[in-house]
Amino acid sequence: MIEAKQLRKTFNKGKVVAVDEVSFTAHDGQITGLLGPNGAGKTTTLRMLYSLLQPDSGNMQIDGIDPQAEPIEVKRKLGVVPDSRGLYDRLTARENIRYYGYLHGISKAEIDRRIDRFAQVLDMEKFIERKTEGFSQGQRVKVAIARALIHEPKTVLLDEPSNGLDVMTTRALRGFLRQLKAEGHCVVLSTHIMQEVAALCDRIVIVAAGRVAAEGTAEQLLARSGEENLEDAFVKLIGSDEGLLA
Amino acid sequence: MIAVFLKEVLDNFRDRRVIINTLILSPLLGPVIFAIVISFMASQETERMQAPLELPVVGAEHAPNLIGFLERQGVIIEQPPADPEQAVLSEEEEAVLRIPEDFAEYWNAGRPAPVEIIVDRSLRYTGTTIARVNSYLNSYSAQIGLLRLQLRGVDPGITRPISSQVVDLSTPTSRGGLILAMLPYFILITVFMGSMHMAIDTTAGERERKSLEPLLINPLPRWQVMAGKLAATTAFALATLAVGLVAFVYAMGFLPTADMNIQLSLDFRVAAWAFLIVAPAALVAAALLTILAAFAKSFREAQSYIGLVILVPMVPSFWLLVDPARTETWMTWVPLLNQNVLILELVRGEPVNLAWIAACLISTGALALVLALIAGNLYSRSRLIFNSD
Repeated sequence: MIEAKQLRKTFNKGKVVAVDEVSFTAHDGQITGLLGPNGAGKTTTLRMLYSLLQPDSGNMQIDGIDPQAEPIEVKRKLGVVPDSRGLYDRLTARENIRYYGYLHGISKAEIDRRIDRFAQVLDMEKFIERKTEGFSQGQRVKVAIARALIHEPKTVLLDEPSNGLDVMTTRALRGFLRQLKAEGHCVVLSTHIMQEVAALCDRIVIVAAGRVAAEGTAEQLLARSGEENLEDAFVKLIGSDEGLLA
Repeated sequence: MIAVFLKEVLDNFRDRRVIINTLILSPLLGPVIFAIVISFMASQETERMQAPLELPVVGAEHAPNLIGFLERQGVIIEQPPADPEQAVLSEEEEAVLRIPEDFAEYWNAGRPAPVEIIVDRSLRYTGTTIARVNSYLNSYSAQIGLLRLQLRGVDPGITRPISSQVVDLSTPTSRGGLILAMLPYFILITVFMGSMHMAIDTTAGERERKSLEPLLINPLPRWQVMAGKLAATTAFALATLAVGLVAFVYAMGFLPTADMNIQLSLDFRVAAWAFLIVAPAALVAAALLTILAAFAKSFREAQSYIGLVILVPMVPSFWLLVDPARTETWMTWVPLLNQNVLILELVRGEPVNLAWIAACLISTGALALVLALIAGNLYSRSRLIFNSD
């Protein structure tokens, strides 16, 4: 469970406001989508949650832990798939995942057991022993997800997970995220693709220009805006169609 | 931290370029260049000293006795070139002896008879030739002077108020050390070469392939991530150093040291001491290069910074080459300079001075720790993590 309250982050000594005021709650057993155009502050918000950035003001709690006070502890609770997948090309997929397992202090036998399970669930068996050089986007995302979840975290953050994926891989990814939700995980993903949140998310947090424009289920957002479909609702709620046509 | 170390070692072992560059080319380059240069210098030197001196003489007919003396000494008297000055300048001849027409006139009058040795001193190698011609002329001159004094019933000793003698205390080993003045540089540079690629790959490389952000999301303090990387880089530097030293020991075996009447003391015992002395410098090199590379956004940018820093260990080496000072205690407290002077002491065959070695290890180790601490704190800056900021 994530609770973020009035997060604010600026760069260049306050000249660039990346996140103005973002508050939202993400519950266990739900998929929460941060929806917003490019540059709305989604990635910066996530980076504050996984403690790579310090907010200027505001506070947050992940399962009761404050990332600012206990950055190491919060990283144990979180599984993060950041925007940059960053695999090591000279290592095999298995070695890439295993490295992170070691960093979490998990034993080799246990790591390999979990990797085998991920290979099955994410359909990675064909390339798990291959060096990741030359992997497709879809293969890279799968390895990055397995790597981020090797320590079986309760809370999972994904930054633009379906970026660059084809239809089949996207479907497989959605299936996997639903499975996580069914297992009771708290899943948060950021995206600028509306179909994604519509198809996947229980709660939608619309972020625009560093602020939360609206929050709720798809039905609540439709009702609030008085529009028929989510796309129109979205445009109405953020007050422009900037970034939607991309 | 150990996981980071193991991963970086494995990752870089997979890269064949790294292995060839770091563990084969860079440690071997020094010994090979060194051996070639030394053996070339040695063979030239011995050639010059032992080969019969060929000396063109202008006006040989003016001093037949002198010429006869020179020939008895084994000098090969040659026909003079048409223009002696030009021949020397154009390097056709190294030295030409000119005996002027009035030589006999001076000689018979008992006044110093002039001869000219025409050389170009700016050519470095003429030094030996001038010295040899001079020594023949001097010994002839002394011999005749002696005879003249004796003819007049004077004790020749009266012309030598001072009899100077050089008492050479240098052992063959310490003369060899003089020639080896560049050796410390070649040894020190191996740790810089050895850590270069690794330092770049683990920092700038990590940023370039965008794997730094995911890495730092793992639950371990950032200084530990850096410590693992530094340890891996240092391990590579030490491996390069070890390979380089072993190569040096073998390379020395091929040198014609016997011809040069010197003994180079670079056996495995000396190499082991050298390894101990240079080991802390490996951490200095690793940390220094890592700090630089961490600021670079890409591999290429890092390489351009590091190209300059590699010159750093050259400074004390060249200073010692230009101004070969005696080792003093303060020198052993200056990192990089102390490696230089101590390696020189070792190859000169001097007994091991433990206090100096301790000073070297402490001062270099302290510098290494300071640099490592700076490196360890680098990843606390978010500017160094995100490419976009």
